[in-house]
Amino acid sequence: MSELSELYQEVILDHNKSPRNFRKCETCNHDAEGYNPLCGDHIFVYIDLQGDTIKDISFQGSGCAISKSSASLMTSILKGKTKQEALEMFNKFHEVVTSRIGSEQDLSSLGKLAVFSGVRDYPSRVKCASLAWHTMISALKEEKSASTE
Amino acid sequence: MYQTTVQPNLKTIEAFDVERVRQDFPILQRLINGKPLVYLDNAATSQKPYSVIDTVRDYYSMLNSNVHRGVHYLSEQSTLAYEDARLKIKEFLNAISACEIIYTRGATEAINLVAWTYGRTHIAEGDEVIISAMEHHANIVPWQLLCEEKKAKLKVIPMTDEGELIMEEYDKLLSDRTKFVSIVQISNSLGTVNPIREVIRKAHERNIPVLVDGAQGVSHLKVDVQELDCDFYVFSGHKLFGPTGIGALYGKAELLQDMPPYQTGGDMIRSVTFEKTIFNDIPNKFEAGTPNIAGAIGLGAAIDYMKYLKMDEVAKHEKGLLEYATQRLNEIDGVHIIGTAKNKASLISFVMDNIHPHDIGTILDSEGIAIRTGHHCCQPVMQRFCIPATARASFAFYNTKSEIDKLVYGIQKVIRVFG
Repeated sequence: MSELSELYQEVILDHNKSPRNFRKCETCNHDAEGYNPLCGDHIFVYIDLQGDTIKDISFQGSGCAISKSSASLMTSILKGKTKQEALEMFNKFHEVVTSRIGSEQDLSSLGKLAVFSGVRDYPSRVKCASLAWHTMISALKEEKSASTE
Repeated sequence: MYQTTVQPNLKTIEAFDVERVRQDFPILQRLINGKPLVYLDNAATSQKPYSVIDTVRDYYSMLNSNVHRGVHYLSEQSTLAYEDARLKIKEFLNAISACEIIYTRGATEAINLVAWTYGRTHIAEGDEVIISAMEHHANIVPWQLLCEEKKAKLKVIPMTDEGELIMEEYDKLLSDRTKFVSIVQISNSLGTVNPIREVIRKAHERNIPVLVDGAQGVSHLKVDVQELDCDFYVFSGHKLFGPTGIGALYGKAELLQDMPPYQTGGDMIRSVTFEKTIFNDIPNKFEAGTPNIAGAIGLGAAIDYMKYLKMDEVAKHEKGLLEYATQRLNEIDGVHIIGTAKNKASLISFVMDNIHPHDIGTILDSEGIAIRTGHHCCQPVMQRFCIPATARASFAFYNTKSEIDKLVYGIQKVIRVFG
């Protein structure tokens, strides 16, 4: 097992303690609810999509440190990005948290999201990290709800 | 008579010695994340002693053969061993007859069996089934589906903030419409030991049959189905230090005899023609197909092991663990115990201020401590207490006070990481 500090990195602990964009976005025109039945993580993602651009994105809900900080970082990163860029980030993020243990990764292109690379060593926590991202995708696709199951 | 090559020489022990008992469980000797395993997830599944592991291995090495079929030596011997294990379960629960013991995959399948056989034939539109607010999903969903199908109603006995059933409310729920009561003996999420004798007595005053979900009860309490006078009792072998995939349903013979079969196929029939099938007698009527033979024999070995330990010695040791853990956890600021019933089994659910149970679980795991985190298949219980999940430490007779000290140390580490 890897060191616990690689999972609970400072950035993650910080975003857990003071989550960014933790509010309902009043002007949102896209939203979705995400639920992880295994641990009860439950979040709502709100997006104000103007044309193809994410003008504002926020979230609310309850969950573990990994799910909350992942949602917080995701909203910080995606604000101002296009739909296409958001999808590309989702794919990259997904690869970071699910790639096989020990495989080489290009973490440099991930920026802040690289802090989640420790999650892949904890298979039971991958769903915590990816819940916000799945919910964001559902919101963009106007699916209303996402589940990690 | 069949003898395994390893018949554990289990004479009843003189006095309970936890360090000696721990030697019987190979997994307790291993390291997790470089630390000695502290296994506190016994309500999810319990560990297995050598005698169970060896019995299963010996069955496959020396005896493997189908039961109730062949005339050859191995088949006869495995049938004897399989039926001998049924007798052990009968004695363990103090049933009147071995034919009242039906092998199932576990408690869940046993409840489903009763819901879909007894329930389907006795519950009609407008009838009511009573369960409690602290049931495991396995004792909610089968009844919910049955009630939907029959246009019957599912009624729920509420509980207090301490996690105790409100018996006055139960009295009010009982009526001429009530056709069945299904109740958990010990709550897996709160640890509450329910007053099932009283639940049963009150139901029987109105001739209502009662099923007791003993999934947690069977490893902590001495169970006597005749004394309880329950109509059905279900449990899982793997929570009783036996193999997974095997459990049992106890039912009063006269009820079982009248119930239609649950699944159909081989071994549960007396004769088949294309026009008509005559079903076998109980218990075989409910055991279609080749059963989990090794599991059943392994469960028999687990029961032998429990007899060797003596249930009252187990209960005494576990009571000490519960009291010590409750005291130590209450001393930590920010830790809140969920479920504070006066009569509790050795299980503690807790939450921590601003720290999600999953994070608690991962950090404790780094110390080699295994606990359960989540809703424990009791989402209505979580809703009752307005929490998404809890962390749960559940103790068995092989746990020690020094392991509880390690749990406390682990919780302090959780506070340090998130402080």
